[in-house]
Amino acid sequence: MISEEEVKHIAKLARLELTEKEIEKMQKDLSKILDYFDVLKKAPVSVSKKHSDILENKRMFLRADEVEKSGVSDKIVEASPEKKDGYIKVKAIL
Amino acid sequence: MNLIGLTIKQSSDGLKKKEFSAVELAKAYLDKIKKTDPPGGEPGKNINAFLSFTEDLALRQAEQADQKIASGKFNELTGVPCAIKDAIMVQGEKCTDASKILENYVAPYDATVIKKLKEQGSVILGKTNTDEFTMGSSTEYSAFGVTKNPCDKTRVAGGSSGGSAAAVAADLAVYALGSDTGGSIRQPSSFCGIVGLCPTYGSVSRYGLIAHASSLDQIGPMAKTAEDCKIVFDVIKGKDKLDATTVNSVDAEKFKNFKIKNARMGVPREYFSKGREPEVEKIIKNAIKKAEDAGAKIVEISLPSSEFALACYYIIDPCEISANLARFDGIKYGLSEQGDNLLDVYLKSRGRGLGQEVKRRIMIGTYCLSSGYYDAYYKKALEVRRFIHNDFAKAFNKMDFLFCPVSPFPSFKIGAMGDDPMAMYLADIYTLPMKLVGLPGLSLPAGKTKEENLPVGLQIIGNHFEEDKILAVAQEMENML
Repeated sequence: MISEEEVKHIAKLARLELTEKEIEKMQKDLSKILDYFDVLKKAPVSVSKKHSDILENKRMFLRADEVEKSGVSDKIVEASPEKKDGYIKVKAIL
Repeated sequence: MNLIGLTIKQSSDGLKKKEFSAVELAKAYLDKIKKTDPPGGEPGKNINAFLSFTEDLALRQAEQADQKIASGKFNELTGVPCAIKDAIMVQGEKCTDASKILENYVAPYDATVIKKLKEQGSVILGKTNTDEFTMGSSTEYSAFGVTKNPCDKTRVAGGSSGGSAAAVAADLAVYALGSDTGGSIRQPSSFCGIVGLCPTYGSVSRYGLIAHASSLDQIGPMAKTAEDCKIVFDVIKGKDKLDATTVNSVDAEKFKNFKIKNARMGVPREYFSKGREPEVEKIIKNAIKKAEDAGAKIVEISLPSSEFALACYYIIDPCEISANLARFDGIKYGLSEQGDNLLDVYLKSRGRGLGQEVKRRIMIGTYCLSSGYYDAYYKKALEVRRFIHNDFAKAFNKMDFLFCPVSPFPSFKIGAMGDDPMAMYLADIYTLPMKLVGLPGLSLPAGKTKEENLPVGLQIIGNHFEEDKILAVAQEMENML
């Protein structure tokens, strides 16, 4: 069983505020799900060291990185909760 | 003349012959939605297919469609009303993805698929319900209430594209767009008795689809017939410079004349194992028999990697989620809770704006990617993903298609999965293995259960970029079932 401290630590890494009740439920659910993942220990070890190319396709290619006007930047700023002078406002970090 | 309940083909023919106008057609659907399933309506009565209603947009588009038709420059989707999953952005309309954190978010631009539909003169009626951020198999994880199954209102419509499936099944739209990460187009299509296509990874642009798991997400059509799915697929597919994973489409003519009698169908025995309902097996076996009678070669095969697919998926999917959903921070979009400092704003906005299943997956993903666990979980899952890939590749060396059920069971009762996330994950056991490999799959209505009269879908899985081959066989098969 995954501990309360572990859940709190992961929640902090994930930037999630959890209530006491949620922490308790998360302990149970996460433990059950992580236990299920043990089935993978039985899986044959792959010989290939390269795993990233499964979805790659020969016809896939990257476009040139060129600056274009999207015309949506104003709307994107507009959609943010707090803004000032055409910028998204963020709380002071320091 | 009754304008409701027609296919795309029939609606388009009616418009072409001037039996009715696009405005009349749009109004007929808008009236039906208002009368029978208004968004935010009485929970007891509604099936709750829609989260929002885009009446003004629909009427404007219908008028434009009528002008197009009058000018003679139009095609099969012009003036035909559709519904869009609320994970896909339609400019100027609300896009919540069924999450409280985006409750009042208005889409700043059109998704590429929406841009393409608009160019054809489509009429968008509204945005449909889904599990929050498309994470779930029943729409019970929607922050705005479950979508009920039009076949039996005590049951779920399936998920996550349950609103889209229910809207098509209840004749609240002629067709719909859904998205499929682990089964989210095919499973609700199976539960509601419609046709749903999850295209190959890279066939359809995801630009403007709110990201769930980027190595898995794909947009696809949901409609009454395989022919209708093909009409929509032909419009939305293709290379998009705004989604680097997309490729130019394969020549659609290539498989036009492909016939069942020339097909080799693999039936993986692992998809008829424990956990599936006997009646589902009977209906699927019957469908396979019909294909055999039509001349297909049926071969029982084995996919030994099957037992690892669910665990593999439920590591990779949450890992990608934990990264993708970091963008919902209370600063850039939607809900923003007040806090003492920046960290506090993050914690509170996310803690209060995100629902239980979304939080659960973010937690699993964060755990699996955290220092000390990365190799045991994420890296291991990537290795297993390769193993699954090789398994399917071997099968497709000899087979044209794989035939199996979409789901081990028909639609279940609302609340039946209780509070157990693992029980819900198991609902996707037949739809998610091929997603890990990026293969296309379709759900085709294959029959109904005897006592409860619930639809059961046959899953047709094809090789990469062979959607047209799947659609050709599905069109042939739907006349037999």
